[in-house]
Amino acid sequence: MLVTIFVPWLANGDRKPAAPSNPLAPQSRAAPCGRQTRKVKTPLALHRAFAFGDWLLSARLSRSPTYNFTQPMSTIEAEIDALRTEALEALTEADGEAGREAWRAEWLGRKDGRLTLRLRALKDAPPESRAALGKSLNELKATLEGELEARRDSARADALAALSADAALDVTLPGRPQSLGRLHPVTQTMNDCIDAFAEMGFRVFEGPEVEWSRYNFDAVRIPDDHPARDMWDTIWIDTLIEGERQMLLRTHTSPNQIRVMEQTEPPVRVIVPGKCYRQEATDASHEWMLTQIEGLAVDEGVRMSDLKGTLYAFARRLFGEDRRIIFHHSYFPFVEPGVEMAIDCFLCAEPGSDCRTCHDTGWIEVLGAGMVHPEILENAGYDSSRYTGFAFGVGIERVAMLRWGIEDIRHFYQNDLRFLRQF
Amino acid sequence: MKLPLSWLGDYVDVDLPPAEFATRVTDAIAEVEGWEVIGEQWDPELVRVAEVLAVDPHPNADRLVLATVNVGDGPKTVVCGAPNVASGQKVAFATEGAMLIDGHSGKLSKLKLRAIRGVDSAGMVLSEKELGLSDDHEGILELPGDCAIGAPLVEAIGDVVFDVSTWANRADLLGIFGFAREVAAVTGQPLREPDRSYSQSERSASDFVSVTIEAPDLCRRFTASIIEGIEMGPSPAWMQQRLIRAGMRPINNVVDVTNYVMLETGQPLHAFDYDLVRGAEIRPRRARPGETLTTLDDIERDLDPDMLMICDGEGPVAVAGIMGGGNSEVSESTKTVLLEVANFHPGSIRRTSTQLKLRSEASLRFEKGIGPDLASYAQDRALHLLEQVAGGRPASGLVDAFPTPLPSPRITLPAARIEQVLGIPIEAGEVRRILVALGFDVAESGDAFEVMPPFWRPDVALPDDVVEELIRIYGYENLPTTVLRGALPEAQPRPLERVREQARELAAGLGFQEVVSYTLTSEEILSRVVPSTDEDRTGPLAAMNPVASQHTYLRTSLRGSLLSAYAANRHHEDAAMRFFEVGVEYLPTEADLPHERPVLCAVLGGQRLERWERPGPERLDFFDAKGAVETLLGVLGVEGAFTAEEHFAMLPGHSATVSIGDDSVGVVAQVHPDVAGAFDIEEPVFLIELWFEPLTRVIPERPDYSPPSRYPEARRDLALLVPAETPASALLDVIRTHRARGVRIAADVFDEYRGEGVAAGQKSLALAVRFRADDRTLSEKDVVRIEQGLLRRLEQDIGATLRA
Ligand SMILES: [Zn+2]
Repeated sequence: MLVTIFVPWLANGDRKPAAPSNPLAPQSRAAPCGRQTRKVKTPLALHRAFAFGDWLLSARLSRSPTYNFTQPMSTIEAEIDALRTEALEALTEADGEAGREAWRAEWLGRKDGRLTLRLRALKDAPPESRAALGKSLNELKATLEGELEARRDSARADALAALSADAALDVTLPGRPQSLGRLHPVTQTMNDCIDAFAEMGFRVFEGPEVEWSRYNFDAVRIPDDHPARDMWDTIWIDTLIEGERQMLLRTHTSPNQIRVMEQTEPPVRVIVPGKCYRQEATDASHEWMLTQIEGLAVDEGVRMSDLKGTLYAFARRLFGEDRRIIFHHSYFPFVEPGVEMAIDCFLCAEPGSDCRTCHDTGWIEVLGAGMVHPEILENAGYDSSRYTGFAFGVGIERVAMLRWGIEDIRHFYQNDLRFLRQF
Repeated sequence: MKLPLSWLGDYVDVDLPPAEFATRVTDAIAEVEGWEVIGEQWDPELVRVAEVLAVDPHPNADRLVLATVNVGDGPKTVVCGAPNVASGQKVAFATEGAMLIDGHSGKLSKLKLRAIRGVDSAGMVLSEKELGLSDDHEGILELPGDCAIGAPLVEAIGDVVFDVSTWANRADLLGIFGFAREVAAVTGQPLREPDRSYSQSERSASDFVSVTIEAPDLCRRFTASIIEGIEMGPSPAWMQQRLIRAGMRPINNVVDVTNYVMLETGQPLHAFDYDLVRGAEIRPRRARPGETLTTLDDIERDLDPDMLMICDGEGPVAVAGIMGGGNSEVSESTKTVLLEVANFHPGSIRRTSTQLKLRSEASLRFEKGIGPDLASYAQDRALHLLEQVAGGRPASGLVDAFPTPLPSPRITLPAARIEQVLGIPIEAGEVRRILVALGFDVAESGDAFEVMPPFWRPDVALPDDVVEELIRIYGYENLPTTVLRGALPEAQPRPLERVREQARELAAGLGFQEVVSYTLTSEEILSRVVPSTDEDRTGPLAAMNPVASQHTYLRTSLRGSLLSAYAANRHHEDAAMRFFEVGVEYLPTEADLPHERPVLCAVLGGQRLERWERPGPERLDFFDAKGAVETLLGVLGVEGAFTAEEHFAMLPGHSATVSIGDDSVGVVAQVHPDVAGAFDIEEPVFLIELWFEPLTRVIPERPDYSPPSRYPEARRDLALLVPAETPASALLDVIRTHRARGVRIAADVFDEYRGEGVAAGQKSLALAVRFRADDRTLSEKDVVRIEQGLLRRLEQDIGATLRA
């Protein structure tokens, strides 16, 4: 039985552009990895039949698909074999992913692939040969699709292998520069201090840097002619308000104890961060502009042991869980009793090692503290027999210097990037 | 204060090694800042006490002598060059091998003996320099007479001198005896009082002098004693040695006694030559206008009527409590001494010494507050010593003007207060022990202690003052750590601080390095960046006593600080830099503290880094600054509008006001090259300022939210021709406000073009316009229809036409 198949031929024009041959593009099948190479399987017998060529030629010239079933089935089988041979040969020669995509369009294109057209024409085949013919054509389609996939896998594997080997990176080259900003080390340290106290229920309050002399000194029991004023060398403002009210740059954050208590009723639990100023010569451990954090807790039942517990928690949070603290006697006019707190030195292994930080005492003084003086409570209108309180003041630069081992306090406000970008 | 352990040992035994002593003292009494060990290198075998038996001339040298000394094992001959060596002296004597400071090189070296001018020397009589005590190499060191012959020198005069910093309210700790009392209380050792016994002559002191206090508010007590028959001369070696170790210079026996007693008790004293006191009377009174006095340091002092003077019958003889006058000074010819021990108002002493810029050992003690009763105590002690070391005969009795003796304060300390303040009780027996050891009287009545502080503790006035005495001696190491109890205070909303801190984090996240600058600056720097027409910011507050002239004025703008930081870093940074600071502008107000106006200021500029961390060809520009502001505001939940506007110190045409709604919140601009140049910045630099007060008013509690649309956007790119002066924002404003039923329209500018193909006076703006409906996918037809409407609107409103 002779079958002549007339296949419409369309110019290979308006096809989808070939996908770029990016081996990393997602594919429906998992790509093989590594350097494994897959060989394309080529059928051993390649039959060249002139009949096939004629058929092809006639199919290409024809504009309307008609079938000539005058040829016997065996001839059709042979032509399908020839078709397979031609297709696989073309696939072998297809160059890159673009070539493979063009090949796929030519043979398997959904609209007008050569095999697609033949499959579509099956409906016109005589019923008795339709099944056999269909089987053969579908087998051919499966073979072509399989080979295409295999070629693609192989190409992708080759490309990945090349990427891993030939295009391996020198990972020691510098990274691409990113725009970098950081918070100032004093800000960072302040934030950590605030967090530590906030966990214990302290609220943040802020007060003015330019302060009345009355708040800075008189209200915290440092009268004009008291030698305690020597503890705070003051930068005064040269303007008197209303001819008599003296302004200064606050020497400590302690006036805010008064400001807070004037504004609120117990319970009080605040921290007051901010800049302070001292009229003093600078050296490695003295700076005229400082950053402090003041703490104040006033309520019924606030005890000095609570002060110790609060500062203990703070010290461990900032300087490590294994820190120990001690109090020793000190004097600040606005507290009674007054203490200084020291932490055990974490910078020297043992006493006698010439530690610059603790001077071999094993202890580093960190802050001043005490129980709020009853007169200060009374002045704020609190009943000092009922309410007690504690207060403390921490120098933030000192904390930062201890944390990072900064040797000179004057680095902080020079704004040198070579310093700042280390934090 | 210098605290020699040997002196302290007169009053209390100390068996602790220096380091432990220092710790105990620091914990409970006052801060030990360090200590010096004297005699550490003196070998007890090789450096010992000797007595000089005889001094003979050297046979071969005029300047040398042969001294015969006894070190306890028979006479030895020593060659000596010191001019002051004399028979009967106790001296320090070293034999071969002793480690000494070489008199010439100043280095520690081993003593090697050799014959000097043909005479063998058995050892060496030592100077202070050779012993490492001072630089004095002129003569030998004369030891106190009570040193035992043959004793190791380190036992005789070795010492530890502690450097102690005491408190502003504790004059008693500036007396070594007062310090010893505290040490005794801490260690539990008994305290020994200094000897205050002396004999008295027939004549009464009041026959010699009268005292009339004319300013009882400033002079609370004045005691005077008279000592006749004074033999002026140097004080004994032991006293000189102690004065030197305590940091004072020996002068003569009378002055040395006054200093010695001051160092011992904390009470200053002053000796007058009685024969120079005119009119046999003393009148503490305020200075009279125009009065002057030449003080002992030879400086003529102008006095003013607030100052308390000690006057005799004719005029001032001393600035009370601070320094004596030269006109009544004791000298070699003094026969009779008038010894003043007085008590002055602490504040008055401090004011006067501040005014005269004259701080003395006396004024430092008086200004801290001394109990008036200490005056007679110190008189007794000084009279004892003057009798011992100056051969004086005290007249009987004191002339004591004490107009209003203060009653001893009584303090009632409820036992429960101790636990209320400390968190722990202290047992009654321990309370008594501590207070008694510190010199307090204490009685128990019911649940309270009746406490009477001693006269040397005027600082103790309240029950809590007593609690501090208890806990510091009881030991802070015995105070447990507990956790705060009770209710938490209510949280107050702090919107400005919230926005400010968020902005700070965002600025860092956007690549800006935070800086913190000195807030005091110079008028010159301020005038570069603040217009003289800005009434808020001109006339900055100034410091009366700035630390340096460039830190005189409180900044009313952060611009200068940031530009200075930029310029300084440009010396060592070659790529783009971005800095910001969050601070306040101190704006003077009429009759109050300045308004501290919070602001974020940032500067940026320089070449963008390329792949290899090298500055690339592209520079940061205005739109980097603007982009940072847009992002920052966007995260805060608002969209800023940028309007071209000139700002002082900024380059016209490159300067914008940032506003939100009707509120202007900031500036984005290129700094005027002339201004940048004044800061030594020779490249385009850009500035951002955002003020938090207006910003906080417009920032929503939380940003607007709408769920992501389920329908896709349609995007159309339009190229529009507009007059060149039309800002892009005008197009965007039209598009933003254009209403098409149920369709949201948004647009971004993605190109600006002038030149070929665009008529002069016009520019082409490329816009990506996005259309979206909330309820459907827009059809091509919908989009075309809306686009047509929008184009008509753009043409009508601002004359924009579609570019062909
Ligand atoms: Zn250490």
